[in-house]
Amino acid sequence: MRRGITATALVAALALAATACGSDDDKSNDASKSSGELSGTVTWWDTSTAGSEDKVFKKIAEGFEKKHPKVDVKYVNVPFGEAQNKFKNAAQSGSGAPDVIRSEVAWTPEFADLGYLAPLDGTPALQKADDFLKQAAASTKYKDKTYAVPQVIDSMGIFYNKKIFKAAGVEVPKTVAELKTVSKKIKDKTGNPGFYLRGDDAYWFLSFLYGEGGDMVDASSQSVTIDNPAGVKAMKVVKDLVDSGAAKTDATDGWENMQSSFKDGKVAMMINGPWAVADTYAGKEFKDKTNLGVAPVPAGSVAQGAPQGGHNLAVYAGSKNLDASYAFVDYMTSVKTQAQVTKELNLLPTRTSAYAQESVVDNEIVGFFKPVVESAVERPWIPETGSLFAPLVTEYTKVLTGQTTPEKAAKTTGDSYRKLLKGWK
Amino acid sequence: MAVHTSQSVAKAAGDDIVARGRSRGTGNPQPPSRLRRALSTHWYAWTMVAPVVIVIGVIIGYPLVRGIYLSLTDANERNVARSIGVNHIPATYKFVGLDNYADALTGDQFLGTLGWTLVWTVSCVAITFSLGMALANILNRRIAGRSAYRMALILPWAIPGFVSVFAWRFLYNEDRGLLNKILSGAGIDGIPWLNDPTWAKLSVIAVNVWLGVPFMMVALLGGLQSIPSEHYEAAEMDGATAWQRFRHITLPGLRPVSTTVILLSTIWTFNMFPVIFLLTGGGPGDATQILVTQAYKFSFEISPRDFAQSSTWGVLILVLLLIFAAIYRRVLRTQGDDW
Repeated sequence: MRRGITATALVAALALAATACGSDDDKSNDASKSSGELSGTVTWWDTSTAGSEDKVFKKIAEGFEKKHPKVDVKYVNVPFGEAQNKFKNAAQSGSGAPDVIRSEVAWTPEFADLGYLAPLDGTPALQKADDFLKQAAASTKYKDKTYAVPQVIDSMGIFYNKKIFKAAGVEVPKTVAELKTVSKKIKDKTGNPGFYLRGDDAYWFLSFLYGEGGDMVDASSQSVTIDNPAGVKAMKVVKDLVDSGAAKTDATDGWENMQSSFKDGKVAMMINGPWAVADTYAGKEFKDKTNLGVAPVPAGSVAQGAPQGGHNLAVYAGSKNLDASYAFVDYMTSVKTQAQVTKELNLLPTRTSAYAQESVVDNEIVGFFKPVVESAVERPWIPETGSLFAPLVTEYTKVLTGQTTPEKAAKTTGDSYRKLLKGWK
Repeated sequence: MAVHTSQSVAKAAGDDIVARGRSRGTGNPQPPSRLRRALSTHWYAWTMVAPVVIVIGVIIGYPLVRGIYLSLTDANERNVARSIGVNHIPATYKFVGLDNYADALTGDQFLGTLGWTLVWTVSCVAITFSLGMALANILNRRIAGRSAYRMALILPWAIPGFVSVFAWRFLYNEDRGLLNKILSGAGIDGIPWLNDPTWAKLSVIAVNVWLGVPFMMVALLGGLQSIPSEHYEAAEMDGATAWQRFRHITLPGLRPVSTTVILLSTIWTFNMFPVIFLLTGGGPGDATQILVTQAYKFSFEISPRDFAQSSTWGVLILVLLLIFAAIYRRVLRTQGDDW
């Protein structure tokens, strides 16, 4: 008899569960129409480097409250590596999503395609749209609408420690081949490897890929190019850097390990972007800021190229406080704010007029990166661009740790891309 | 859920009378079905279990059924229904039958991950059990400071799991971790604990063993203390060696405890998400990815997030564990255990 009860109870429970299936809660959205003065809370998810950049952005974001006393800005720093998925989880379920997100350029078309972002054309968020650099504005547009406002633009260069270079008597490497010899010389002189290659993020692989004349995909001919001979060659190049001892790498905690080794003078070179400058200056080797040198990334056998990246500010479509969010985005991307960010963090503004500001004109880092950005390789701004790194990073790390061959890695990545991009060659 | 009133009890009683008087009666109604009789005689029992049934239905049943349903579709982030502010997007995913299962069971990824998951589970359980058994036996004697040792050995269990795992992650760091500092102090080259696939596998197993030993030790210690000491005395009188005493008294005496802890620990280890996820994130590459972390990756880390594939793996994990538990029980039953 007892067995009868449990069996029936189970059946009843499952029947109950089945009836509960398929009921989707319909959330009605009441956009508060403000009467003149803005009020309410604006939550901003910032993805800037914690410990250095975040302090400045928090201060600037909270400055918005001075202009609009009734608005409460909630600043949240979300680690860059987690933000994409965190935002998607929150945005889809409709709970816990921020009003404004700092969206990496490749994420923006994806979020827009999924319907998570509010279109900004004709809203107060997008002021003087033609003032933005063309390259920066490209990633904010999706299907003829604008879904974000460019906040910063960046690319990559080689960061080097001048003191170590002097001690080892070497020059900045211009090609990957030179990078190997320079790194070896430094190792012979100091005992530490010369170059840190970040191994847990495929973004650091791109300059080597472009250097061999390769690319992840080619949007104009709708074909996957990661597994062409150039892609395989690029995988071989990075593998050789690690195997020959010219480069040090890690499969986990890459960012922390790279920054701490470089800041402590344990390695002499790394490839990085403007977002790392503030954190690097905090290191003991760079108390004297002039010790940090920045140069273009080393060229491969075919070309020299670094990816064009950056961040936009986008407004969540389900925000309960759209008006204040629009105003906040405008404030964060104004010329004045951009000039202040450049002054304090050496990040590159996205407004043409900001480059005329005194603090920007005199900035050496900006002076170096501006031409780099102008010649940087643009990725196609399609919804899938933000999805291309996940399959690539797994294979990239496998190559560096000797679990697979460059050929296999390129092929596996290409196959995943074709699954992702239906109908591409 | 039918909740009967007292009226139905009266009716049921009436039914019972009728049923009993069938031999005499003429033109009696059909005898009620077993289910109806069970319902009507035990309606109070049903009312009592109703809240539990409802709660279990909502918390376990619904997600389970929903997961099974999703694994039969091609649902992903792009085609599920969502409504965000002004954007309303209808669902466009379709039913694909058993395609996902066919893909999983014929592809390399699932089988490869399953292989490592089995290695991980078996080695973790075997090592934790042996260590727990050894420690329990040591601590079962009267030694000085016994309670202090016991406290110290339970410590890993008392620290929240993620805290321990992060602490280990710092220890394992190739350049700045304590372990490699110690090694280089002894003049040995540092080991790439989490950067080399084989070392990473050994490292995650080591951490999981460290976390799992206290539970095993405490459970087995409890079991040891329930073995009557007369057995040991009698064995000693008969001249049994220490090994014989352990082999013929301790092990059989511990059997009810050890079978349970092995079953539990196997299921826990098989699904030990935090250790893998927080220590290596499944890396380097996918070297330490177990089924659960890979299923999580499908659903939360890749984009577009693949709900269908994730559900498929989830259902397969459930099936594997059900099969394991069934076989395990059967083996035990043939050995004369009853549970």
